[in-house]
Amino acid sequence: MNTQSLSKVTIHFAGDSGDGIQLAGSQFTNTTALAGNDLSTFPDFPAEIRAPIGTVAGVSGFQINFGSEKIHTPGGRPDVLVAMNAAAFKKNFPNLKSGGIIVLDSAGFDKKNLRLAAYDESSTPIEDIPKEYQVYAVDITKLNREALKDLSLGSRDKDRSRNMFALGFIYFLYSRSLQTTISFLEAKFKSKPEVLEANLRALNAGYNYGDTIEAISRFKVAPAQMEKGEYRNITGNQATALGLIAAAAKSGLDLFYGSYPITPASDILHELAAHKNRGVKTFQAEDEIAAVTSAIGASFGGALAVTGTSGPGMALKTEGIGLAFMLEIPMVIVNVQRGGPSTGLPTKTEQSDLLQALYGRNGEAPIPVIAANSPADCFSSAFEAARIALEHMTPVILLTDGYIANSSEPWKFPQASSLASIKPPTVKADASHYLPYKRDERDVRSWAIPGTPGLEHRLGGLEKEQETGNVSYEADNHQAMVKVRDRKVRLIAKDYPAQKLIQGPPSGPLLVLGWGNTLGAIQVAVEHALEQGLAVAQLHLKYINPLPEDLGAILSAYERVLIPELNNGQLARLIRDQYLVDAEVLDKIKGQPFLAEEILEKIKSLVEND
Amino acid sequence: MTEPNSAVFTAKEAASDQEVRWCPGCGDYSILKQMQSVIPGLGIKREDIVFISGIGCSSRFPYYMNTYGMHSIHGRAPAVASGLKMVNPDLSVWVITGDGDGLSIGGNHLIHLLRRNLDLNVLLFNNEIYGLTKGQYSPTSEMGKRTKSSPMGSLDHPFNPLALALGADATFVARTIDRDPVHLRGVLETSNLHKGTSFIEIYQNCNVFNDGAFLSYSDKKQKGQHIILLEEGQPLLFDEGKKGIRLNGLKPEIVDLEEGFSANDLWIHDSRDATKAYLLSRFFDDNFPRPFGVFYQEDRPCYEEQLIAQINHAKEIQGETDLDDLLRGKRSWTVD
Repeated sequence: MNTQSLSKVTIHFAGDSGDGIQLAGSQFTNTTALAGNDLSTFPDFPAEIRAPIGTVAGVSGFQINFGSEKIHTPGGRPDVLVAMNAAAFKKNFPNLKSGGIIVLDSAGFDKKNLRLAAYDESSTPIEDIPKEYQVYAVDITKLNREALKDLSLGSRDKDRSRNMFALGFIYFLYSRSLQTTISFLEAKFKSKPEVLEANLRALNAGYNYGDTIEAISRFKVAPAQMEKGEYRNITGNQATALGLIAAAAKSGLDLFYGSYPITPASDILHELAAHKNRGVKTFQAEDEIAAVTSAIGASFGGALAVTGTSGPGMALKTEGIGLAFMLEIPMVIVNVQRGGPSTGLPTKTEQSDLLQALYGRNGEAPIPVIAANSPADCFSSAFEAARIALEHMTPVILLTDGYIANSSEPWKFPQASSLASIKPPTVKADASHYLPYKRDERDVRSWAIPGTPGLEHRLGGLEKEQETGNVSYEADNHQAMVKVRDRKVRLIAKDYPAQKLIQGPPSGPLLVLGWGNTLGAIQVAVEHALEQGLAVAQLHLKYINPLPEDLGAILSAYERVLIPELNNGQLARLIRDQYLVDAEVLDKIKGQPFLAEEILEKIKSLVEND
Repeated sequence: MTEPNSAVFTAKEAASDQEVRWCPGCGDYSILKQMQSVIPGLGIKREDIVFISGIGCSSRFPYYMNTYGMHSIHGRAPAVASGLKMVNPDLSVWVITGDGDGLSIGGNHLIHLLRRNLDLNVLLFNNEIYGLTKGQYSPTSEMGKRTKSSPMGSLDHPFNPLALALGADATFVARTIDRDPVHLRGVLETSNLHKGTSFIEIYQNCNVFNDGAFLSYSDKKQKGQHIILLEEGQPLLFDEGKKGIRLNGLKPEIVDLEEGFSANDLWIHDSRDATKAYLLSRFFDDNFPRPFGVFYQEDRPCYEEQLIAQINHAKEIQGETDLDDLLRGKRSWTVD
């Protein structure tokens, strides 16, 4: 038996949506993170909780890319495919790298499974795998039942631990310790000793199976050269929740989160609901409208008020967001984007709510928009969204998406003391005549919290007189108010740090401009382009409204601007509108993130043709 | 010199400096006046009082109260008020809504507020018409009502607001009317004492689009025969005590006290009896006089109290996690 060292591996776990694929994937992720690798993951599952068993539509997948080098994406074509049934194999085999490794449960390729996967019953997909692939066709179901034979669980319950057998085998293959998963199982099944025993035995059986079969190659992936410090693994939705909690702590306010369950945003609600011991108030509202308007009430009451949702829920919140804008109260609206329009592709990713975030309200209602670009970046983006909301007295839209929300990566988390304080313009008791819409030099009004004596005032969605906030239908006042609310939002850009290129020359033939989840894929693509001698630069936007003041100068230093986005060209429209730059669009609207190679190909077609 | 943070203030100080802009003769004036006279006597500091409204004629109300207030969006006042009360539970929060705002566009929020039972007071001004949009039928308009949007008569069966509130498990349900200031003030005071969501339907005359809708309950000559004033522990009497209601099993019957029945035969009002409250709420057609007063009240823990209790419990058993520990999570590793 030999052990080969690798710098980077991509594994794709796939099986039926009831096979425990997400659990196996997240366990492999935790173990890999603790082993010191850099990593990036991408869970991809069907919209149905239990899609038709055994079918291609019901396949749940989890991809992890890990290495001893810096990892920017969950990987393109995987090196390893774990397929628990014929459907999982059928769906994912075409993506596998030529000559890759296939681990499959041969019991999942019987006649019934072949039929469900829409194979001809007489076909032999395992035998038909070309010779260059390395195939481990293991009857996991049978071996696993054998390992658990003296347990009193029914065979259906026994089969539920097949995922641990497969995971154990992969742990063996990649020279991983079982300890993290053992501890996890012990905690998870503390009250179900029999189930715990089954899972532990399955995990060990899978590992030992690897140890007993002959002529197997094992692999080792050394720890990555990561920046010094303390790390944890985190998903985007967890990071968003923590960013909000941190912002509440740094502003000295209570956190209120009003939300209605929706995929893929619900995990933010779940995460926040688990932190009641920090005083976090979560409210599962009766609908999306109550979610946003309860947050408006909470903001009026002096809390850091947040509502979270995904595209269709955002549509329902529109009027409420308009009210928050008109009242000029702080609020964060998190949109974990998914495939649209309407119900669209609930479990798939897309960046198609950008124009909705920018323009989706009646009247002149510009709202700051911030986009997170990776799972860990959701933390700083949520924190920044809350800072802008509180310090500038405005609702702020934070865009994340299903990809980064569910994916995970190692996060070098900050020290609480290193996070800046947030200072909302709260007014203390004052007996003199209070003017709720009097503004400071940034055009920001003050925040008077009910319960404060002497500051009693009324506000509402009707147009207000300047300074007093009293209802006014006066013509010139309306124009002035529309202009000042717009200017207030534009002035937020004064706080931004200078825009920095991620890589590439400060001027030249091509700038690749991105926003949101495309960061990693663009980074890899541009790295390769630079290695190949193409003069390409990369810039990534976090602040989409208002746009950074130095963006125009950067754009004008390049002959062409390429914008890859998971929509039909929404940022490109904005860039054309704002800068009269004829940006090229690379669109992908397939519910899946970009592969670096797709972007590289486009870069080459633009630069090499010149 | 006046002390702005005192719980003692005058009715005049309860009024804001804004010009009231309802149509002359609108029933809203009376409700506003009673509120401005009642609220200083409740022992609540002015800065702790908040009025939250939606959209509609009634929803202009907060602008006229010299307290904190928000004129929000159509139908959503119960949700706004819920968020406010959850983060700031010491406030005295009053929701002002109407039959269109509260029962049509905002019906969902209203029923969910009632079942959650936050400690808020909901005043539903029912004029059985859309006033601000100039006279379309509302969810409480009678069937067959001819309006601009129903020239051949409305096909909509109307809501019975109190039966709806009881169906949503409201913990305080009452009805009063704009033209009876004494009764209106009494109900406002009683509702303020209730811990939980108080739902008060106020019959309010829209003299422009639905004049006289409640005339039989306010007109001195007619009202005796058409209303029952509910009083705790007292028999259900009307028509100057000449008639009463008795319960024959679960079937209410009108009986004539001048023809052999005495007060001892009558239904005694018990606002803690949910079944009786429901039967009372069904006095909703011309066969029975219309009841006014407190139909029902029960003590049930408030949502925001339980929310805070959960938070305190979590702090007790888990401790208040330090922000650094929270960011670190359960599994971290160090790269040297």
